[in-house]
Amino acid sequence: MSTPEIAIRLFAAVLLAPIAGMLLVGLDRRISARLQGRVGPPVTQPFYDLVKLLAKQGDTTSRFQTACLALYLASNVVSLAMVFLGQDLLVMLFVVAFGAVAYIVGGFSAKSPYSQLGTQREMLQLLTYEPLLIFLAVGIYLRTGSFLAADVLRLERPLLPELPVFALTLVVVYCIKLRKSPFDIAASAHHGHQEVVRGPLSEVAGPSLALVELAHWYELPLLLSIAALLWATPLWAGVLLGLACLLASIVVDNVAARLTWSWMLRFGWAVAVPASIANLLYLYATRGGGS
Amino acid sequence: MNLIQKARMKSPWILHFNAGSCNGCDIEILSCLTPVYDIERFGAVNVGNPKHADVLLVTGPVNRRNERVLRNLYDQMLDPKIVVAVGTCASSGGVFQNCYNCMGGVDKVIPVDVYVPGCAAKPETIIEGLILGLEKLAKMPSKPKKGAQPAEART
Repeated sequence: MSTPEIAIRLFAAVLLAPIAGMLLVGLDRRISARLQGRVGPPVTQPFYDLVKLLAKQGDTTSRFQTACLALYLASNVVSLAMVFLGQDLLVMLFVVAFGAVAYIVGGFSAKSPYSQLGTQREMLQLLTYEPLLIFLAVGIYLRTGSFLAADVLRLERPLLPELPVFALTLVVVYCIKLRKSPFDIAASAHHGHQEVVRGPLSEVAGPSLALVELAHWYELPLLLSIAALLWATPLWAGVLLGLACLLASIVVDNVAARLTWSWMLRFGWAVAVPASIANLLYLYATRGGGS
Repeated sequence: MNLIQKARMKSPWILHFNAGSCNGCDIEILSCLTPVYDIERFGAVNVGNPKHADVLLVTGPVNRRNERVLRNLYDQMLDPKIVVAVGTCASSGGVFQNCYNCMGGVDKVIPVDVYVPGCAAKPETIIEGLILGLEKLAKMPSKPKKGAQPAEART
């Protein structure tokens, strides 16, 4: 990869992707509103929310938490840049996990009981979706013989027909990562939902909360690009696959009620994880035939 | 109108507190969120956390039990913020005026920016009051004035 190409890809990851993410967050709110028979806010609503939060008085009970949220934002930016530059998927997932852990440490640093309770639930969410993402990376490795995102883009055939289960587990990951029902037990994606007073974000306000909003703008393109790896040739089909997963998670959000953390853990480890392992076993059994 | 003022107009996050209301005004506030009125069209969402809120909608005449809760919620909200007193009771005490246990209106406890009349206040009136308040909110300075004191009870 030449230097100008790296610069273009970095520019796309750091500046263009969050704009797309902002519009997707706005679209998400609008689609949810339509599903509920309402008109919904304009698509640019997240932008106005961000500007308003940045212009609020900066007051926080824990500066440490603000630092942790900045780390969370930084890890989202770095992991997105890593995918765009075709870097190692496992390392990328560890960077994502680092951000999630920073978010959790920040939540525990606030003394509010809502923050403590919400952060404990956040940890259970991490425990549910993290293995699913790792299994996905392993599945890609079993077919391509490499963890590099760039090698997935060089494939001639899409991966999805051989990794069908992972498109479904990705919907689960989307629901958990985007804090949607039935998994929105720690802090809901919708500002209107009030489970444990927005959990880890109970003590976060104003400009600190803006960091979290901005991190979500990076998170959505990141999740879309993980889905795009399943159908990397042609790439636009992969992006469509990611958007389909996103739409599925929005529909699930609107038809499902919020369930308990124990249900989420059971669902993750008794259904999604065994299904992922079954798909991996299939890949292992048919190994050497395709590539 | 600059960008910050526009953003404040378009993104009011609302905290709703019932200070001893009969629930009439509260039902009207909630009906603002339903498909008929859908105030999320204007970016307004009902949040459960005072630290995230810009607008405090208060219903009820405020009594001696919940006045400290009301003041606590108000103090937790970050500047700039506005308070909208919804309904006759919140505006003046209504039929509870001069009751021994009632403060007689929200403005006896915290500063009020907009009074919305009605028993119960109609959703259209609540939305109009909210917009009036937002016009005031948009013009407020981002940084609070030095030496500004938290709300004190006015007698």
